[in-house]
Amino acid sequence: MNTTDTIIAPATAPGEGGIAIVRISGADAKSALLHHFKPSSKIKELESHRLYHGSLRDNDDCPVDEVMIVYMSAPHTYTRDDVVEIHCHGSQQVVRSILSLYLSYGIRLAQPGEFTYRAYMNGRLDLSQAEAVSSLIHSKSDSSRRLALSQVEGALSREIYSFAANLKQILVLSEAWIDFPEEELPVEDLGVISGIIRQIKSKIVAITDSYSCGRVLLEGASILLTGQPNVGKSSLLNALLGEDRAIVTSVPGTTRDLLEEGLTIEGVPVRLVDTAGLRESSDFVELEGIRRAEKKLSEADLVLFVVDSSEKLTEADLYVHDRCVGLPAFLVLTKSDKPTCVGDLSFCDFPAYKISSKTGEGLDQLRLAISIFLTGDYLPASDSVMLTERRHYEALIFCLESLGRATCLLDDNPSLELLAFELREALYHLGQISGETTTESLLDDIFSGFCIGK
Amino acid sequence: MSGYGKNYQVIVVGAGHAGCEAALAAARMGCVTLLLTIGLDTVAQMSCNPSIGGLAKGHLVHEVDALGGEMGINIDVTGIQFRRLNTRKGPAVRAARAQADRMAYSTRMKNVIESELLLDLKQGLVDELLFDKGRVVGVRTREGISFYGETVVLTTGTFMRGLIHVGLNSYAGGRAGEPSAEGISGSLSGYGLRVGRLKTGTPARLSARSIDFSKLERQPGDKLIKPFSFMTNKIERKQVDCYIAETNEKTHQIIRDNLDKSPLFAGVIEGIGPRYCPSIEDKVVRFPDKKSHQSFIEPEGVRGSEMYPSGLSTSLPPDVQLAYFRSMTGFEKVEIMRPGYAIEYDFVEPLQLKASLETKSVMGLFHAGQINGTSGYEEAAGQGLLAGINAARQCQNKEPIVIGRDRGYLGVMVDDLITQPTTDPYRMFTSRSEYRLLLREDNADQRLTELGRKIGLVSDARWEKYLKKQEEVVAATHIIKTEIVTSSNREVVEKLELGVLKSGLSLEQLLRRPEINIKRLEEVLPKLGTFSAQALEQVEIAVKYEGYIKRQLEQVEKFREQEDIRIPADIAYDLIPSISTEVREKLKQTKPISLGHAARIQGVTPAAIAVIQIYLRKKYHG
Repeated sequence: MNTTDTIIAPATAPGEGGIAIVRISGADAKSALLHHFKPSSKIKELESHRLYHGSLRDNDDCPVDEVMIVYMSAPHTYTRDDVVEIHCHGSQQVVRSILSLYLSYGIRLAQPGEFTYRAYMNGRLDLSQAEAVSSLIHSKSDSSRRLALSQVEGALSREIYSFAANLKQILVLSEAWIDFPEEELPVEDLGVISGIIRQIKSKIVAITDSYSCGRVLLEGASILLTGQPNVGKSSLLNALLGEDRAIVTSVPGTTRDLLEEGLTIEGVPVRLVDTAGLRESSDFVELEGIRRAEKKLSEADLVLFVVDSSEKLTEADLYVHDRCVGLPAFLVLTKSDKPTCVGDLSFCDFPAYKISSKTGEGLDQLRLAISIFLTGDYLPASDSVMLTERRHYEALIFCLESLGRATCLLDDNPSLELLAFELREALYHLGQISGETTTESLLDDIFSGFCIGK
Repeated sequence: MSGYGKNYQVIVVGAGHAGCEAALAAARMGCVTLLLTIGLDTVAQMSCNPSIGGLAKGHLVHEVDALGGEMGINIDVTGIQFRRLNTRKGPAVRAARAQADRMAYSTRMKNVIESELLLDLKQGLVDELLFDKGRVVGVRTREGISFYGETVVLTTGTFMRGLIHVGLNSYAGGRAGEPSAEGISGSLSGYGLRVGRLKTGTPARLSARSIDFSKLERQPGDKLIKPFSFMTNKIERKQVDCYIAETNEKTHQIIRDNLDKSPLFAGVIEGIGPRYCPSIEDKVVRFPDKKSHQSFIEPEGVRGSEMYPSGLSTSLPPDVQLAYFRSMTGFEKVEIMRPGYAIEYDFVEPLQLKASLETKSVMGLFHAGQINGTSGYEEAAGQGLLAGINAARQCQNKEPIVIGRDRGYLGVMVDDLITQPTTDPYRMFTSRSEYRLLLREDNADQRLTELGRKIGLVSDARWEKYLKKQEEVVAATHIIKTEIVTSSNREVVEKLELGVLKSGLSLEQLLRRPEINIKRLEEVLPKLGTFSAQALEQVEIAVKYEGYIKRQLEQVEKFREQEDIRIPADIAYDLIPSISTEVREKLKQTKPISLGHAARIQGVTPAAIAVIQIYLRKKYHG
């Protein structure tokens, strides 16, 4: 295990909490933090072990989240390296965005147990405790492997094995062509090889595409309700929840806080988020609510754009609509029990559903549509593979990159040594998921598969 | 018993491909050296196929050459057909291969050895090793002469308790017509070294005038020859053709009908044979669907009449051998000059060696070649060179030379030998190297000449030639990076078919294009013509493979992290908690020199490595 680069991982358990903590350890921790952190008040120099307030901003200077950060300089830290902790809002989406931000900055996602490993490596504990390391590393990696296996009942690992086996076959053939040019081997048909690699690539792409869906099943999807105040968002929320959670009044802006509620819709865990209405306002408290709603909007897995069907469409409705364009969104027309006078809705491309929270009309259709939308083509059939772990997802993305380069090579510069290089790398990344190194027994496969001997 | 009366620093037992390199290196490094051989007429004998090089083996020869060894020059002088393999599969897997005039090869090597001032070549069959307090002090021959030396390099080939099988007959012998060495294995196991048994084989040699070559496919060598050695400018010897023959169903039937006469199938042979070089009976049995097997018919010399049929090694009786040869097209009237045979011999499990090739249990005793469970002339030469160097350095109180896996196939080979248990004779393949793209024939000089110079084996002439090439590479690289081609260079643009150039392009940018190579650039830019082809080749590879080379270097860097953590020789594994007993025993036995080395030992878990790393840091770095 490399102990010199900088690593990142969430330090708090997945699931919704008030806050979540993302931890970075290593020499680049501080510079990485400063690259994206904008303190709310001017500071000259980050003091070690002090909490600062501010925001994390992405490369376009858009805010990712409002955070509290603490920088702890080596050696008085958990790992004895420089450590940064980012205290962010406790939503998995926020945590994911922060991870993505730093992964693209060039920081590596930590392996299970790696922070603790570094802590030991850097001598935080004395020798008598070294025993713990060994069992810790074992149990951490074992448990994560067990977890990965149980998550999909072995389906993922079966798929990974089959990809690895196919790629290895090609590698064995390439290595045989390289090392035994004077033997009678199968004809060097790179077209066939290219075809096989493309096939594996598309299968892996299908799996990586399932990542968002797999994640949705594991962590839950977030559904955001938005629309003008008083169009019935809170009633819809309560109807979907089946109880009175949000304060429903006719005073605009009653629902000031984002209310997050967990439930399952057709077996899909979702978090319904009701927001303060999106509109132009001068009220300070409301402005803050609106600002947060707009940010939430872009993070949601699905947006329900709620419109009162019994009222004529307003400029304010259009304002909200415009904010939803380009996002995954449904149009929900409420109060279907009242006469319709909303007017022409043809400008809106979103799938539309008419419901009444009062009578329950249309709610079942809406639930079904939501679940189909969220799980897409990946509705849990018995043998389908779903990706839930970011680590696995990354390994597959790396594998795809290697395979992509391999197919490019085959197209314009068919040099077997480079093909073999890419295949080895692709297999290495698959091995990161399956825990198997497959390149060791290459020679055995060559000798058992081909008649070699001159 | 009588002493010889001259004390040596390095005694090399065996004058095969390992022994010759070992003895030459030691003597050239200034050690008084003795080379003992069973027969003065069989120095650097090619016991099996009369060729040097091939994939990975050619790489090894280039490395031996860069370090100042003899094999590369010897084959260049005596080669009678040169062929470059894999010319279209990428620069790292291109390899040189040459047929040798077997007698010429042997004679020239003997001459070189005889002209080395500090080196004595003597005939003598070693029967016993002489030890004193845990170190080797000399050898005693069958004739009762004791030779004393500070170090001994054993390169015994197939001679230790060699047992030759022809059909169900077997007799003691180290090679066809030569005696075996029966006593050495006992000396070694008496000192606690584990001795095992391996097997190999060779085909019959055929009379050239009895073969109808008109019925065979001719295989000529390359017209444009690239020599093995950095020092060779031109191949002088007359070149000859090889031929391609094929077995057929009838051949296979004859073999199948006579399997009961094969010692291999009768269970007489206990040694394990090489997987990549099975006997013809093995191939017929294991691949019954194959209707024919190809054989290269290789001449053993320009004038000699023996032909070597590759891929047809056997231990079947001579009458069966004759029958199956005569079933092949072109061989209807063939005469066998020497029957093929299998041979079993003793080897010493190389896990018992240090990376210097010195045995861990006997100080001053070095092993190289088939005694280490390897096969192949090139593998032997490489180990012989390293063993000779390290024996000499021990005499001179210098640290041993260890070549890393990232520096050469020599390093890969030694590391494999001392970390992985031997299951069958070890041969080098390019797929054994993790850093294949960096370990090329074309850059062996760049990888190892400086080391060879430091060791003292690189002559002034080689060193100057090397420095000149380096200067040329630097100068040519500068031109490539700074020279810009714009649309005003009409002639260049036209000749390179660049079309319309919107902005200027550096030569480097042009060279990155698949359709442009350094030759085409050289044609249009006379400036580049002043550099040698070797220098330009380096420039071209560095540009065209920049991305891949960079990625390999990153891998090397990661590898180095563990490799550079040394494990002190006196580490007390018993004091390290939480390592399993099995792993602990393995570590105590293998005595790894670095954390990376430890990690490559079979059965040593990543968790154990982590624990050792913590222990080391705690204990040695506070």
